[in-house]
Amino acid sequence: MFGEYSLADLSSIFVMQGFAGLILFSVYVLMALGLAIIFGQMGVINMAHGEFMILGAYVTYLCSGFFQTHLPSLFGAYFFIAMALAFLASGALGMLVEWALIRHLYKRPLDTLLATWGLSLILQQAYRSIFGPREVGVELPSWMMGSIPVTDSIEVQINGLFVIAVTTVITLGVALLIYRSRFGAQIRAVMSNRPMAGAVGIDTEKVDRYTFGLGCGIAGIAGSAFTMIGSTGPTSGQLYIVDTFLIVVFGGAASLLGTIASAFSISQTQSTLEFFLSGSMAKVLTLLAVVGILMLRPQGLFTLKVRR
Amino acid sequence: MNAALLPSTLIGTPADDKNFLLAVEGLTVSFDGFKAVNDVSFYVDPDEIRVIIGPNGAGKTTVLDLICGRTKASSGSIKYKGQELTRLSESAIVQAGVGRKFQTPSIYDDLTVFENLEISFPRGRSVFGALTFKRDAEVRDRIHEIAQTIFLKDQLDERAEFLSHGQKQWLEIGMLLIQDPELLMLDEPVAGMSVGERIKTAELLNQIIKGRSVLVIEHDMKFVEDIAHRVTVLHQGRVLSEGSMERVKTDPKVVEVYLGH
Amino acid sequence: MTSPIQSLSKAVTVNDNPFMKPMEWVSLALLAGVVLVVLPLALDGFRLNLVGKYLTYAFVALGLVICWGYAGILSLGQGVFFGLGGYCMAMYLKLEASSVENTKIQSTPGIPDFMDWNQITAIPWFWQPFKSLPLTLLLVVAVPVAFAFLISVAMFKRRVGGTYFAIITQAIAAILTILIVGQQGYTGGINGITDLRTLHGWDIRTDSAKVILYFVNGGLLIGCILMAQYVKRSKLGRILVAMREKEDRVRFSGYSVAGFKVFAFCLAAAFAAVGGAMFTLQVGFMSPSFVGIVPSIEMVIYAAVGGRLSLFGAVWGTLLVNYAKTSFSESFPDLWLFGLGALFIAVVLAFPNGLAGLWREHVEPRLFRKAKGLTPTPTPVLPAHGAPAE
Repeated sequence: MFGEYSLADLSSIFVMQGFAGLILFSVYVLMALGLAIIFGQMGVINMAHGEFMILGAYVTYLCSGFFQTHLPSLFGAYFFIAMALAFLASGALGMLVEWALIRHLYKRPLDTLLATWGLSLILQQAYRSIFGPREVGVELPSWMMGSIPVTDSIEVQINGLFVIAVTTVITLGVALLIYRSRFGAQIRAVMSNRPMAGAVGIDTEKVDRYTFGLGCGIAGIAGSAFTMIGSTGPTSGQLYIVDTFLIVVFGGAASLLGTIASAFSISQTQSTLEFFLSGSMAKVLTLLAVVGILMLRPQGLFTLKVRR
Repeated sequence: MNAALLPSTLIGTPADDKNFLLAVEGLTVSFDGFKAVNDVSFYVDPDEIRVIIGPNGAGKTTVLDLICGRTKASSGSIKYKGQELTRLSESAIVQAGVGRKFQTPSIYDDLTVFENLEISFPRGRSVFGALTFKRDAEVRDRIHEIAQTIFLKDQLDERAEFLSHGQKQWLEIGMLLIQDPELLMLDEPVAGMSVGERIKTAELLNQIIKGRSVLVIEHDMKFVEDIAHRVTVLHQGRVLSEGSMERVKTDPKVVEVYLGH
Repeated sequence: MTSPIQSLSKAVTVNDNPFMKPMEWVSLALLAGVVLVVLPLALDGFRLNLVGKYLTYAFVALGLVICWGYAGILSLGQGVFFGLGGYCMAMYLKLEASSVENTKIQSTPGIPDFMDWNQITAIPWFWQPFKSLPLTLLLVVAVPVAFAFLISVAMFKRRVGGTYFAIITQAIAAILTILIVGQQGYTGGINGITDLRTLHGWDIRTDSAKVILYFVNGGLLIGCILMAQYVKRSKLGRILVAMREKEDRVRFSGYSVAGFKVFAFCLAAAFAAVGGAMFTLQVGFMSPSFVGIVPSIEMVIYAAVGGRLSLFGAVWGTLLVNYAKTSFSESFPDLWLFGLGALFIAVVLAFPNGLAGLWREHVEPRLFRKAKGLTPTPTPVLPAHGAPAE
């Protein structure tokens, strides 16, 4: 399978595919981060997570259009505003959903799964009704276009680098929030011992709502970053939901570091395989490997906390 | 695996086990480095009633969990009639003749009292056996007999959910009884009961412990004195003292850590 | 000592465990009457075939009642077993339709058309068994059940939790779909296996064949209901309920929990496989769009709407949801997804026992009151809307 390539070609291939894998990894990490908070910390299976991400993507799309027509002078910077708005929009919707739906189902994880699936269908249809069934793309500001040549045969895209940078910043921010802030301490307290946290004066319902909102908001940012590398359609979110759940489960539902490591290994495997096999077989082999490993050693790789 | 296949003729005869029904030796389990049970050894004779006492966190419930296979031991051995239990699954341990009652009543709320007892009836435990299980006269008679013993003969068709706390405890004892275990393990059987229920339970226990060995965890000292043949005191995962209630009560070590407060 | 006990057990007869309670006989008669008599008389051939298609999903819903409702194992991958059963059947039919005369314009005659388009020149090994009808009928059930067995043994022996199992089954559904779509030459790809003609020489495309297949399907469904009923009222059925509530306790009553879960999951897979094969026969094709995540989770809603604990409810739920789907998609396609989404949420939040629960709460008490001759319920008055306008 490597026969027809020279050694130099091969190393370029690996570097280029590695970079492509890094972009995929960034989107995975951003999506999985939100899910790791919701699923890992709260034990809630949110099947509508992809739709929260797509909401962020649509918000970015709207911003792109708005800045282009009304504030063309600031167009270069619109993306940062779009990310903030995407976070707020998805986060607010998340808190609303927690209040209306999720909080009634904390003791029934399987039912949460069905209810959030229903929510995802409704959101998909809403997107279709509002934005039309066709996929939309955002206009990139000029500074994000093009690529930087590293060597003769290797070059990297600027938008890819940007997505990677955004992911790094968000991941560090979330890690600080969960492990260093007062709110993070409250989240961890509530998740490890709910009655006790309540007894020491933490408003557990509020923490639940904000935690869920935070996870959804991060998904919104993921959607924003997603527009940099792909177009957005009503059902784009659904394509990622299985991968994202596998990443979170594979990485150990309760740990952020595990989520990152697992997103990295899965995205790198997939993008490297993609060069040699058809895209679908690369995906099949990657997912099969993950499922296979999970079947053989579920308890070795993760600990699942599901509220009963 | 091999232990499970020991020929039955060997059981009870090995010289090194001296006919103990249960021989626990060097039992240790650690959770993330914390040794909840540390080098515990004790021996239970056939027909003996052994009570385990000790302050909270002494590892009492963990010892029962280890014997019935709910928790896997880090090291040490548990021999029941010469058969090593540490390598068996929970269901195999039950089938070998060890019954366990949990601290909080553990019954099936959605089923009737009759069905709760029926599930515990020791027949048709394989998938195929359960499919072809027949509710014949033997099953019915046995269930009615047990129901009478546990004061629930008028509640047979009631859903277990609607029983009182004490009745739930009795039902669980009944579920054990119908298994007819040779070693019965009870975790705080009278906790949370009203005085009336407590007296009835003591009467019930006295009736059912005949002809089997019993391992009981209990805090109620009056109750312990009434039933115990011998007492083992656990403290911080280790055996602190062992012997008759009289002896244990006067053991200065025990007085210091346990009865002293 | 023994005499009072014997008399006791004679006195108590309520514990008897009949195969079906009177109300269940009524439900069965009602279902059989509607499916086997009323619908065939009332509907034209096209509509009857449509109902037949819906009823193939009812097999899946029936399996989910045992697996999810009773045993508490939510599988989001039932489409996998429905699809495998359907594909096994389709492979046989496709080979029969690809005789040398039928395919003489191909560059390699005698192989399925999509293989020819993909430059495959011989029938691959895993297609070989499907040249024989008896072997095919066996494999229709055996392949999905063997696959279900492998998955469930691997998972349940390791005591993985319910949500985790749901995610893995969903991943498997996704993987299988991608695989089928990607391996066009061996599977027919996204279009599936189409252009099926005869079953052992019998043309399944004629109107009379479709009616016969409808009755075969209905008969098999009733058969599966009776099988499920047998399981449900056996001690195994009660163990499943007990396990759903307190898995640990069941273990300490001397049962190996994993074995029972594997059984429930495999039984559900077998039902789904029969449904899939009947789908292929009645609809005339099988494609990956019945295998993936979306159809799999939609099949869960059929069981949920009918009532996750009711065998008969599962069938009614399937018929109702699909009827709604067809009529909505014909007139208001945009509204259907909103409706389906709302249905998922409503059935979880407001009606966890589905139609069966509503029936038990509202209809059954009235029926019994009527039967006892007390206060006969007034005949429901139909709303008069529409009448004057016409």
